[in-house]
Amino acid sequence: MKLDQEPKLLRTIAIVAAVYLAFAWLIDDKYYQLILTIVPIWAMMGIAWNVFSGYSGLVSFGHAAFFGIGAYTVALAMIGFNLSPWFGIPLGTVAGVIASVLVGYPTFKLRGVYFSLAMLAYPLTLLYIFEWLGYQEVTMQMVRENSWMYMQFKSQYTYIVVSTVLVAIAVYISGRIHASRFGLSLTAIKQNEAAAEGAGVDAAAWKLRAIMVSGAIAAAAGGYYAVVLIVVTPPSVFGMIASAQAMIMALFGGVATVWGPVIGAAVLIPLSEILHAELGNQVHGIHGVVFGLAIIAMILYAPEGLLPRLRDAWRRRNGGAADDAADAQRRTVDLPAAASAERPPIGEQIVLKVNDLSRAFGGLKAVSNVSFEVRQGEVLGIIGPNGAGKTTLFNLLNGFIRADQGSVQFGASELIGLKPNQVCRLGVGRTFQVVRPFPRMTVLQNVVVGAFAAEQQDDDRAVELARQALDRVGMLKHEQVLAGGLNSLELRLMELARVLAGQPRLLLLDETLAGLGSEEVEVILAVIRRLADEGQTIVIIEHTMQAMVRIADRFLVLDHGQVLAVGKPAEVVRDPAVIEAYLGKKWMDHAKH
Amino acid sequence: MSAVIFFENLMQAVIAGLLIGSVYGLMCVGLGLIFGLMRVINFAQGEFLMLGMYGAFYVCTWFGLSSAVGPIVGAVVAGVLLYLLGMGLHKSLLTKATGIKVAGTEGEGHYPQLILTLGISLVLANGALIIFGNTPLSIRTPYSGSAWELGPLVGDDMLLFFNKARTIALVVSVLVAIAVYQFVHRTRIGKSLRAAADNPSAATYMGIDVERSHRISFGIGAAITGLAGGLIASYYPFQPYIGLDFVVIMYAGVVLGGLGSMIGAFWGGLVIGLIQQVSTLFLPLQLQNAMIFLVFLLIILFRPQGLFGKNVERV
Repeated sequence: MKLDQEPKLLRTIAIVAAVYLAFAWLIDDKYYQLILTIVPIWAMMGIAWNVFSGYSGLVSFGHAAFFGIGAYTVALAMIGFNLSPWFGIPLGTVAGVIASVLVGYPTFKLRGVYFSLAMLAYPLTLLYIFEWLGYQEVTMQMVRENSWMYMQFKSQYTYIVVSTVLVAIAVYISGRIHASRFGLSLTAIKQNEAAAEGAGVDAAAWKLRAIMVSGAIAAAAGGYYAVVLIVVTPPSVFGMIASAQAMIMALFGGVATVWGPVIGAAVLIPLSEILHAELGNQVHGIHGVVFGLAIIAMILYAPEGLLPRLRDAWRRRNGGAADDAADAQRRTVDLPAAASAERPPIGEQIVLKVNDLSRAFGGLKAVSNVSFEVRQGEVLGIIGPNGAGKTTLFNLLNGFIRADQGSVQFGASELIGLKPNQVCRLGVGRTFQVVRPFPRMTVLQNVVVGAFAAEQQDDDRAVELARQALDRVGMLKHEQVLAGGLNSLELRLMELARVLAGQPRLLLLDETLAGLGSEEVEVILAVIRRLADEGQTIVIIEHTMQAMVRIADRFLVLDHGQVLAVGKPAEVVRDPAVIEAYLGKKWMDHAKH
Repeated sequence: MSAVIFFENLMQAVIAGLLIGSVYGLMCVGLGLIFGLMRVINFAQGEFLMLGMYGAFYVCTWFGLSSAVGPIVGAVVAGVLLYLLGMGLHKSLLTKATGIKVAGTEGEGHYPQLILTLGISLVLANGALIIFGNTPLSIRTPYSGSAWELGPLVGDDMLLFFNKARTIALVVSVLVAIAVYQFVHRTRIGKSLRAAADNPSAATYMGIDVERSHRISFGIGAAITGLAGGLIASYYPFQPYIGLDFVVIMYAGVVLGGLGSMIGAFWGGLVIGLIQQVSTLFLPLQLQNAMIFLVFLLIILFRPQGLFGKNVERV
């Protein structure tokens, strides 16, 4: 199976485009024809916004920047160099891509509302700069002969055709993104960026790619907008309303869906234009009111947009009963059978070599001069009281936190200085103390994100790896369930599967047993033991000594960021220093007697 | 000689910056109450300002107030009206959008509100266009075009002007800002507003009605910005779309001052006013606003915690 394939994307696009063009053929009125030309342009803007903000969750208020750059490139190239829009639009698209990199690169370091605010400032700055440059009103010259070579058509219908072709391309691009690791990685970033990074998703790279595609589509839309309207002014292309419209089309139709922005544009643009035509002369600003009310209504009544809303309603009517049956059936975790072969002996080869690793937060030495080794096939348990620095140690190993000093050798590679996604793709997988699922993705999709780390090219193969990983933890039956609906045992197992899908050579498990009941602990222990039997190298952090004694080959005891003891479990638990750290001085005296 | 002229121009720009900046400061205090305390980007803040302008204008016109106090009375009345509008919007719309998951973003509590305020902003701006029309208006008083003179200074060579309407606006702005600060920090209600903003769930356990507190904060924030709008209207022509020009100025000031700091927000607005006016010495008029946006971008990219705020970013 494919990831989340829009069924027969090309065919659907062809049908929708054909129906649209057939409908447009019937329209004679010049004004309505103009509306039909404009609808696809704003659909493109909606798609542009959606490809970036809808999937990544970074809400942009500034897509007018790309739109305007596209429009002005086309207009100025035509006026200044007599360059036909047939070349001007591709040129504008390139300009849009360049602008998106220049905008994205510095702005991505901002989060949440700050990102949105910064994005707001770009088009408004450009607006004033273009006014200052003297481009208050740029009108493209009419061409008398062979005017089609300059995208000037005798019939408005031709404009509609070009516009429809452009939006069809945009829908196709967006559909491909939706159904590939591109879309899934962005969605994972949106739902939990740290988890995505930890699972090997290069968040920075995906965001940059997304904004480049987005900037390209927006600039192409702007370029064609200039062709259709002939006159370009800074407020019309850089103004807030252009940015807002891009966002509104997507929000109204359905965020992170392929057809949402198209539906948004198909409903809202004719509505506001017709109102404008009927009432606009007496009532200026009716557009804006319609858009504003549309946003307010959507947020209050269908915050995910029209398309998902309709889809849900349709599903409830048709497939409700079947879903319930599947739901009842899935609630069992199939415990994996014990490994068939004997556990291979622990090898001599050193998988991980940590040397003199330190990290301080202000005056607090969270991890201080820690050194240890992990051998091939070994299960190393890291124990220590609360605040001993266990999780910080993991964060140092997989790159969430930068080390002050020390080195971490993993095979031939040095891990210090790498980003979490790079560490993951080298073959170090980790789980989190507090489970970090991608709540609104299915279990399978969650795990597929992890599988991308191991399978860089082939998406189908990644799905296969994800299935295998789910099978290894006994969660295959859950694959179509949304992760948000899982209980804590299932979440732990799913996270484990997500790591395993990346085919790690080394597994870092951070308190995988936390918050589970005793029966659930048995399930996880069985899974971990089976992994060990298969020869998997594991480092596991755990609080509870009883559980650890049963799975770990060796203990490493941390206290106040320092290594207190290393050795076989039986030796370590008798070490007076360990007893003191764990139970206090009184108990140590007690133990002596 | 030319050095003296430059110095005179610079001083005049600084004065203009202070006069305008103090009103910016007041707008920023209003926004700061909303953004800093509730962490919601309120897009409609610019429209609150615009409505304050129209409110003050119509109060002055209907009641025939044309003296120095006219715009002040108008601004205060507009402030009260906006308090009611802000409370109403918060109760009827904003609270309805909290907690709804838009687009499945993690920690997205604020996104619905943010997008909602964009909708409100569009409705208010374009609704105002429908009702008031797009002819630029301003409140004309005898003070709008006259100035107090300071000088001659520096051996008869320098004369500094203080526009009367702007000077009055400065005095009112500073007084209102101080009053709001005292209210928020000294009174019981003010303390509960801050508590509700700081930690809503803890405040709830302490018996504070958080939703009501947020509603009051939102109302006061709208009122103060509306009042500032009324003051600006006494010397600056306005039309229904003017909010957008100011909304970025407001956010620039608030971010510059550091989130959650009311004093910081006032200084932030003041600094933005100074930058805007002093930049006229070096830049063409059209680029004045571009300059502000640029400064805003630089602030947000390099010191998102503001000049007066502490860096609280966590991994």
